[in-house]
Amino acid sequence: MLIKTGRDGYHHPIASEITPQAVYQRRRELLKLMAGGAAGAALAGWASREALAAVQRPDKLAPLPAQPSKVAGAMTMEKPTSYEDTTSYNNFYEFGTDKADPVRNAHTLRTSPWTVEVDGLVKKPARYALEDLLKLAPQEERIYRLRCVEGWSMVIPWIGYSLARLVERVEPLGSAKFVEFYTLADRATMPGIRSSVLDWPYVEGLRMDEAMHPLTLLSFGMYGEVLPKQNGAPVRVVVPWKYGFKSAKSLVRIRFTEQEPRTAWNKAAANEYGFYSNVNPDVDHPRWSQATERRIGEGGLFAKRRKTLLFNGYEPQVGQLYASMDLKKNY
Amino acid sequence: MAAAGPRRRPAALHPAAKPLLFVLALLPFAWLFYAAATDQLGANPQEHLIRSLGDWTLRFLCLTLAVTPLRIVAGQPALARFRRMLGLFTYFYAGLHLVSYAWFDMGLDVPEIAADIAKRPFILVGFAAFVLLTPLAATSFNRAIRWLGAARWQALHRAVYAVAGLAILHFFWMRAGKNDFAEVFVYAAILAALLGWRLWRRLRAPRLQPG
Repeated sequence: MLIKTGRDGYHHPIASEITPQAVYQRRRELLKLMAGGAAGAALAGWASREALAAVQRPDKLAPLPAQPSKVAGAMTMEKPTSYEDTTSYNNFYEFGTDKADPVRNAHTLRTSPWTVEVDGLVKKPARYALEDLLKLAPQEERIYRLRCVEGWSMVIPWIGYSLARLVERVEPLGSAKFVEFYTLADRATMPGIRSSVLDWPYVEGLRMDEAMHPLTLLSFGMYGEVLPKQNGAPVRVVVPWKYGFKSAKSLVRIRFTEQEPRTAWNKAAANEYGFYSNVNPDVDHPRWSQATERRIGEGGLFAKRRKTLLFNGYEPQVGQLYASMDLKKNY
Repeated sequence: MAAAGPRRRPAALHPAAKPLLFVLALLPFAWLFYAAATDQLGANPQEHLIRSLGDWTLRFLCLTLAVTPLRIVAGQPALARFRRMLGLFTYFYAGLHLVSYAWFDMGLDVPEIAADIAKRPFILVGFAAFVLLTPLAATSFNRAIRWLGAARWQALHRAVYAVAGLAILHFFWMRAGKNDFAEVFVYAAILAALLGWRLWRRLRAPRLQPG
């Protein structure tokens, strides 16, 4: 673990090569000028294109062209985490429980051919080939904060479209109240499946209104390219206001149900990982505080932790989904 | 146990044995210090540093507790001369583990650290293990043994068994969040074997045990 080898055939450039700091700084200056100037409104589109240009392709995988998203809250101005960090520090238990395991082990995952079964309480159940899913709606780039339940966070430029586009297509019945996401569980290619840390396959779920929220992303790529295997290739969900484990990777099935899904972590430890698992600095994990977070790649060993924000800072967009709910009870 | 023929001096009595062990025991620290200084601790350097120091504390605790069983089972009384150094290295890594948590994770914010120790049982247990280890480290020199008397000194140093239990509980609780106990069980099995051997020996031959 300490000694880096080329065995995985996956060499990363150093972090500073990926997105030159000067580019970020220039982006911020431009945006400040935009916001301050009279021409701000007229040039807003151009400004966001400029922001996008700051996320340079790492030139590792196939490009996935996308337009900057117009969804409210979808383009944080925070500095994206380096590609090296987001692709080498992963929780993907199917490839091992250590965060350094997925980058080493996920190369065995076969992402082509790939299909996603969409079934359950819908009028038009279907089995989608990945190629058809990719074309189902225009690909958008969205820069989201990601907050892990373990107390660290990243900023990731994802590519995809609102999950709502797919949900509309299959026409859920009135009785459909929840959506279940199933991650692939393939014993032959996923070494972690042999361990019993979780009840495979990995299942996650959302309430229907959460699944339909425009910020809930069906993602196919990041940093201008298709998803790396360790990040959940070829298709995953990203729910930026919930702890990272809610965003299931490498999806093979999306099922609409009437009952609240029994999710993998909830089954493993119901008192620690609730169904909602919204990012909330005031609701501690039983064994650690959620008040602060470590932003990966920020400032080295002596950097201070950041304050964690309610709904990971997406309260203006998603707060109304939980207006009448006791967030301490429904953690 | 002695082999026939002229008996060779055990390697453990070689004058270079202690300095060599000292250097070996410092290697994890040297590597972590170098990796920290050259930004090679990965995406989350604080976490990597704190966890590595915790791992090394457990390893040195196992090594320290292995000295007496090894000495007796392998018939190598000379091994006893390494026990104090290994015990002090356990304390050294435990201290670095605590300091790096307080400094790099909590930013040396004392009220925050106090609240964290009180709030999180696994931090409390780890902290208790360190506190319990402190009088052992403080009474490790020869004068302290004479001053306390061998019997009292030995009784005090039996606290290391409680430290072993607390350390495993600390590690178990920390890993419970990830539902991943494989490594915890390895350390627990090693410590259980080392403590179980002592218990078994005591029950079988009570008169071998002083005090």
